[in-house]
Amino acid sequence: MKRYSVFAIAREALRYHTGWERAWRSPEPKKEYDAIIVGAGGHGLATAYYLGKNHGIRNVAIIEKGWLGGGNTGRNTTIIRSNYLQDSSAAIYEKARSLYETMSQDLNYNVMFSPRGVMMLAQTHHEVRGYLRTAHANKLQGVETEFITPQRVKELCPILNIDGPRYPVLGALWQARGGTGRHDAVAWGYARACSDMGMDIIQQCEVKGVRSEGGVVKGVETTKGFIGCKKLGIVVAGHSGQVADMAGFRLPVEAVALQALVSEPIKPCMDIVVMANTVHGYMSQSDKGEMVIGGGTDGFNNYTQRGSFHHIEETLRALIETFPIISRLKMLRQWGGIVDMTGDRSPIISKTPLGNCFINCGWGTGGFKAIPGSGWAMADLMAKGEPGPLAAEFDMWRFKEGRFIDESVAAGVAH
Amino acid sequence: MLLIECPYCGVKAEETELSPGYEAHLKRFGPGSTDEEFEAYMFARKNPKGVHFERWRHSYGCGKWFLAARCTATLEVFGTYPAQVGEPPADIIEKIKARRPDWKGYK
Repeated sequence: MKRYSVFAIAREALRYHTGWERAWRSPEPKKEYDAIIVGAGGHGLATAYYLGKNHGIRNVAIIEKGWLGGGNTGRNTTIIRSNYLQDSSAAIYEKARSLYETMSQDLNYNVMFSPRGVMMLAQTHHEVRGYLRTAHANKLQGVETEFITPQRVKELCPILNIDGPRYPVLGALWQARGGTGRHDAVAWGYARACSDMGMDIIQQCEVKGVRSEGGVVKGVETTKGFIGCKKLGIVVAGHSGQVADMAGFRLPVEAVALQALVSEPIKPCMDIVVMANTVHGYMSQSDKGEMVIGGGTDGFNNYTQRGSFHHIEETLRALIETFPIISRLKMLRQWGGIVDMTGDRSPIISKTPLGNCFINCGWGTGGFKAIPGSGWAMADLMAKGEPGPLAAEFDMWRFKEGRFIDESVAAGVAH
Repeated sequence: MLLIECPYCGVKAEETELSPGYEAHLKRFGPGSTDEEFEAYMFARKNPKGVHFERWRHSYGCGKWFLAARCTATLEVFGTYPAQVGEPPADIIEKIKARRPDWKGYK
């Protein structure tokens, strides 16, 4: 792989950009691999990357039904933060956030990580208490956050209306090191690095079944035939239930649609991410000038990648109250992604009832920010067969044993 | 936008008039059940891509809970029925089979 650098750009500029090579290969599948990852989204590609980089397992295939990064990795609002209440959540999201800081250098691919700061508004007294508690918890966890005053909120984001009639801003949880990243580039950067390590990324190849013998996984049946493997990692977000069904077990997961939208581009007007969880909307401004907007999930099982119109209306209603200047803004595009929600709104990184088969799912509405940490923990689990410290609490049996990592209570909303 | 007919009051209600309630026909387990039974009741879900039986409440109408058969891959609603049944009624099953000949059936 030729490295990307300022010299490469200069060299190519002199020869009409004829020398750029493909970022990753598209090979036909081999008969067998040491490990197969189902799902070439951010989490799947990150898993493969850290399998190679941290554990030296490079005879790996990443199998993708559509195209890589074409699911939720390309459908989120690109927010990166780690201000979680529960210790095990804070640990894995903070690991992810810190890996984002050096990801561009690590992958030699510009993922445009922008630590512009993430602000979560407290608009009720209940929320003030909740975020104060989170700020204290974050101090103990070594995650840098602080609870700030409404005046500081206004300084950091002048377009924000802190004196709203319904929900005045009473303070905010501020994580200066949070921010945004370029979501596609994260998938592309990992894919390029995986391909460079000799891994096979097989797109347009749908898994149709999981073959096992004596309770141990042997490979997957796909639209390109049977592919054998010693270890299998299922990292398919919204379709986790389907692939788990093929592998013969059921998950505590339901698939629902989460929508996002962007406005027409306008001049720079906000340089941070703002989340307003009481009224339920969040917004940041992309480098192109579009306001990137997200809200809540629909309440019913859905695989259609499109959601209910009234949720868009509710999200925009909330944000117009919070940011009056956007009231005349036209919305350009709207889309939906299928998110896998668990009972406690925390992910599953776990061994499964099937031997040598591992699953990473349940990231729900908060998967993008976790990609590197999730891949790191999943690779550790797949390589060693036992979870490391990051994944230990996130096993799928916690629901049976009542060991919830209850972020649904901590966040109260989608996160 | 989903349009679902309430089987009690006969109103063809638009989605904002209704509240979704997730999987229907769950068998309840309580004290004395095993951990596996309780987990299955509380958390394990069929979550199918296709025919799904689910609970809805006509919250801004008659206020009653009812059940619906709906396709999660296309959002097609096959039919609705009152909630006082242990499994989907035969006429709903027939309607689904007519629309989805390769459907494996209720299990």
